[in-house]
Amino acid sequence: MAVGAGHAHVLYRESSSPVHRLPPEVKIVAMVVFTVAVVATPREAFWAFGGYALLVVVVATLARVGPRWLLSRALIELPFVLFAVALPFLGAGERITVAGLHLSVDGLFGSWNILAKGTLGVLASLLLAATTTTRDLILGLDRLRCPHVLTQIASFMLRYLDVLVGEARRMRVARISRGDDPRFLWQLRGFAAGIGALFLRAFERGERVYLAMLSRGYSGRMPAVWQGAGAATAGQWLVAATVPVLAASIAATALVLG
Amino acid sequence: METLAMHISNGIINGPVAAIFAALALATLTVCVLRGRRDLDDRLAPMAGLVAAFIFAVQMLNFPIFTAGVSGHLLGGALAAMLVGPWVGALCVSVVLVVQALVFGDGGVAMLGLNITNMALVGTAAAYLLIALLLRVLPRTPAGLAITAFVSAMLSVVVASQGFVVQYWLGGTTDLGSNLAGLAGTMAGAHLLIGIGEGLITATTVVTVAKVRPDLVYALRGLRPAAAPTVPAVGGVR
Repeated sequence: MAVGAGHAHVLYRESSSPVHRLPPEVKIVAMVVFTVAVVATPREAFWAFGGYALLVVVVATLARVGPRWLLSRALIELPFVLFAVALPFLGAGERITVAGLHLSVDGLFGSWNILAKGTLGVLASLLLAATTTTRDLILGLDRLRCPHVLTQIASFMLRYLDVLVGEARRMRVARISRGDDPRFLWQLRGFAAGIGALFLRAFERGERVYLAMLSRGYSGRMPAVWQGAGAATAGQWLVAATVPVLAASIAATALVLG
Repeated sequence: METLAMHISNGIINGPVAAIFAALALATLTVCVLRGRRDLDDRLAPMAGLVAAFIFAVQMLNFPIFTAGVSGHLLGGALAAMLVGPWVGALCVSVVLVVQALVFGDGGVAMLGLNITNMALVGTAAAYLLIALLLRVLPRTPAGLAITAFVSAMLSVVVASQGFVVQYWLGGTTDLGSNLAGLAGTMAGAHLLIGIGEGLITATTVVTVAKVRPDLVYALRGLRPAAAPTVPAVGGVR
């Protein structure tokens, strides 16, 4: 299996932009710090969220990720947007009348809070996903001293996702070739009946993969980690630090002013 | 309105409460890592990976309940507890949540502590306690195992959903006042229905695995009179 190519996920955008070339551990830390800064910002500081949005736009431009791709993928947040819309009607406390609707002030601020912070968080993780393969992501987590048990489970999870999808496809083809007609809701029954079999087949295949890996010297970590190649240099840490440092100073200013 | 896809997104719960739960999750996960390391042998390592992959895939299925507005998805805590035990199981679900937060933006990164507490820790712990209890009470038949898996999966989902209600009560960014009880009720109701789906999937999967490879089911390890474990021969498992 081609380790690099096999583990590019659906959200990964192949490119060689400066953001893509940064080591994964640097990007993970930057993204987490950025998100924490956004969440720590008081919700009344509207200007601060403008600043964060600007940072997202700059990074997206550098990473050559288009606004259309970014916004359509951000729809994953939709359930929470609906929750946010309901808040002004459900919130307690002081109420105001806007366009004939009796709304809670606290609820209005609450929905703004969820919309702004939620959207910025989703955009930040989408940018990480678009510029980092999952293999690199695990490599980055490992270099950040994440316990090996966790990185091991994570790398097996990603390896076996393909196995699982492949087995499901094979079983579906087998069903069709035996005269089943899986369409829309009716395939649910066949799917439910086969889910245990799918799990077992995927496990036995996965076990063979694992034994093959063991016999080729797998010791629980990926070669790139113990070889120590490609870890972030001080310069790369400094470059990537610009975004979280800017975000943190915006948050600090907003906290002091607010 | 309860379209809480179980993964809490940024800004729903305030910072201090999120930080407290992050610390709590970190401490509990450390215990899980230490205990899980002991469990994770040659047979459990690929199983843990597959359980995580399975949960990851199954969490992609969103259940619409009643209307398109209300939906939720499976958690997999009971399946993980059943097949790989509580420690590694909690780690599996946590890994799924971390990857989903980092790569898909499903659940805010700053809210990871809350999500891990609800789904990976509370969900798996509740499931494992129920499994341990029910396996002692119920007959050791496939039907008994199926009921154990179904009930523990269903109830663990409801318990996990109430974790969110507690967190919202502690640090929700908007004061819902008396509507909080309504939130608790709707969450419980919605997740009872999700729990039925989760219970069915967990029961079918666990029973199938237990029939063919009982050595793979962690929850049955201590209970069966040590049947000679079928050690897979290198190169051919079938």
